[in-house]
Amino acid sequence: MTVSLRGQAWVGDAVLFAPVDLVLETGGWTCLLGPSGVGKSTILRLIAGLETGVRFQGQVSHDLPVALMAQDAGLIPWLDVPGNVTLGARLRGDAVDLDRARDLIALVGLADRADSLPANLSGGQRQRVALARTLFEDRPLVLLDEPFSALDARTRAQMQDLAARLLAGRTVLLVTHDPPEAARLGDRILLLRETGLTEWNAPAARIPGTARPYDAPEVLALQAELMRGMMA
Amino acid sequence: MKTVLALILTVLVLWQGMIWALGLPPFLLPSPQSVAQALWLNRAEIARHAGYTLTEVVLGFVIGSALGAALAVAMGFSARLTSLLRPLLTFSQTIPVFALAPILTLWLGFDMAPKIAMTVLIVFFPVCSAFLDGLGRTPQAALDLAQVMGASRGRIMRHLRIPAALPQLATGLRLAAVYAPIGAVIGEWVGGARGLGALMIHANGRMKTDLVFAALLVLSVLTVIFARSVALAVARIWRRYGV
Ligand SMILES: Nc1ncnc2c1ncn2[C@@H]1O[C@H](COP(=O)(O)OP(=O)(O)OP(=O)(O)O)[C@@H](O)[C@H]1O
Ligand SMILES: [Mg+2]
Repeated sequence: MTVSLRGQAWVGDAVLFAPVDLVLETGGWTCLLGPSGVGKSTILRLIAGLETGVRFQGQVSHDLPVALMAQDAGLIPWLDVPGNVTLGARLRGDAVDLDRARDLIALVGLADRADSLPANLSGGQRQRVALARTLFEDRPLVLLDEPFSALDARTRAQMQDLAARLLAGRTVLLVTHDPPEAARLGDRILLLRETGLTEWNAPAARIPGTARPYDAPEVLALQAELMRGMMA
Repeated sequence: MKTVLALILTVLVLWQGMIWALGLPPFLLPSPQSVAQALWLNRAEIARHAGYTLTEVVLGFVIGSALGAALAVAMGFSARLTSLLRPLLTFSQTIPVFALAPILTLWLGFDMAPKIAMTVLIVFFPVCSAFLDGLGRTPQAALDLAQVMGASRGRIMRHLRIPAALPQLATGLRLAAVYAPIGAVIGEWVGGARGLGALMIHANGRMKTDLVFAALLVLSVLTVIFARSVALAVARIWRRYGV
C-alpha cells in the first residue's frame, strides 16, 4: 500500500527536477518542502493523476483513492457550506449524507456559518470549508498543496493544529514552501531542489494527531536548519 | 424616470420644430400629433398586429434560445464538435441573416413559420456563442477537484460547468431579447399580411406615413418591454444560484 513516485521531469528541454525517488510515509505526514518553481505542485499533480504541463519520465504507483486540497480553497461560489462539503458526492452521483457533512462542518468550527456562501467567508473560514470537504471525501491518501500559505500566521498555526488532528491516520503529502510548517507537521521532511530530493533528518516523533508546538526549541532549530537547506 | 421624460419631450420638440422649420409635408414626416391620432384611430388593428408579432417574438426567442443553449452544451462536451462548428458559427455571423428572409418565406409559406424561423436565427447565435464561451471558462481548480473526486463528464457539466456559465448565458439571452423583435419584423416585411412589419409595409405603400410611425412606436415599446422582461426573469431565476 505504498505511494511512490520515481522519475524525472522536463519543461520543454530544460530539466525541471533531477531524478527523484519519493515514497510516502504510510499513515503519516510527508512534507515536500522547496522553493517556488522547483516542481512541488507538479509532483503532487502527478500523484493525483492530473494533467501537468511538464514531460515526466518515470512511474507513479499507488492504488489509493485521493483527496485534494490546495492553496486556493477552490470553493464553488454558488454553493453554501454544506453544498461545497458534499460536492464530491453530488459529482459522483452518490447519496448525499448531509448529517455527516454537518458533523464535519461542526468539527472544523463552522456550525454557525453553514448558511454562508464562500464570498461571505474569510480566507481562514474558506480553508476550513475546504478541510471539511476533504474530510467528507474520506480518502486514505490526502494531497495538500500549500493549503495554509495564504493565511496569517495565527490562523495558519490554528489550521495546522486542526488538520493534524482531523487527518490523523491518513497518508498525507503536504507540499509547502514554509520551513516552520514542515517543522511542525512532517513525520518525514523532503527537500526538493533543482538538484533533486534530499531527505531531512527526521525530527522527534510527533504526538499522534497534533502538530509540534510552534515555539518548542527543537522545532525552531529544525526550522532554521531547513531554511539553511533551502538557501544552499 | 425624469431623464427619460425629459428625453422624450426633447425629441418631440425637435421633431415638431423640424417640421415647422423645413415645411415638410406629412407624407414625409408626420407630426407627433398626427402619429398619436393614427395610433388612437387604428388602435384595434395595431393591437391585433402587435399581438401577432409578439407571439412570433416569444416563440422564436424560446425556440432559438433552447436550440442555442443545447448546441453550446453539446459543443462543450466535445472538443471535436467545437473545432468543427466554431468556424461555422463565426462565419454564419458574417452573412446578413436578413437576406435569408425571402428564402424562408419561399420555404415556409406566408404564415407565422418563416417569421419564427427568422427570429430563431437571430436569437440562436448570441445565445449559443455566449453560453459556449462561459462553458469553457470553468476555473481549472474546480475541474481538477472534480476529476480527483471521480466525477463523470455529465455531472461535471451539470454541477459545475453549466452553473458557472449562467452569467454568460444571461448576457446572451439579454442581447438576443433586444434583437428578437427585429427578426420577426423583417420576416413580416417580406411576406404575409399580419404583424407590425406587414402593417408598416402596407401603410408605407399607401403613403400613410403616420400609421407607419405609429406602428414603429409600438414596436419600439414592445421591444423595450420584452427585453426588460427577459432581463428581469433571467435575474430572478439566476439569483438562487447566487450568480
Ligand atoms: N502547464 C505548464 N506549462 C508549462 N510549464 C509549466 C506548467 N506547469 C508548470 N510548469 C513549470 O513547471 C515549473 C514547476 O511548477 P510547479 O507549479 O510544480 O512549482 P512549485 O514548486 O509548485 O512552485 P510554487 O511553490 O510557486 O507553487 C514552473 O517553473 C513552471 O514554469
Ligand atoms: Mg505549487
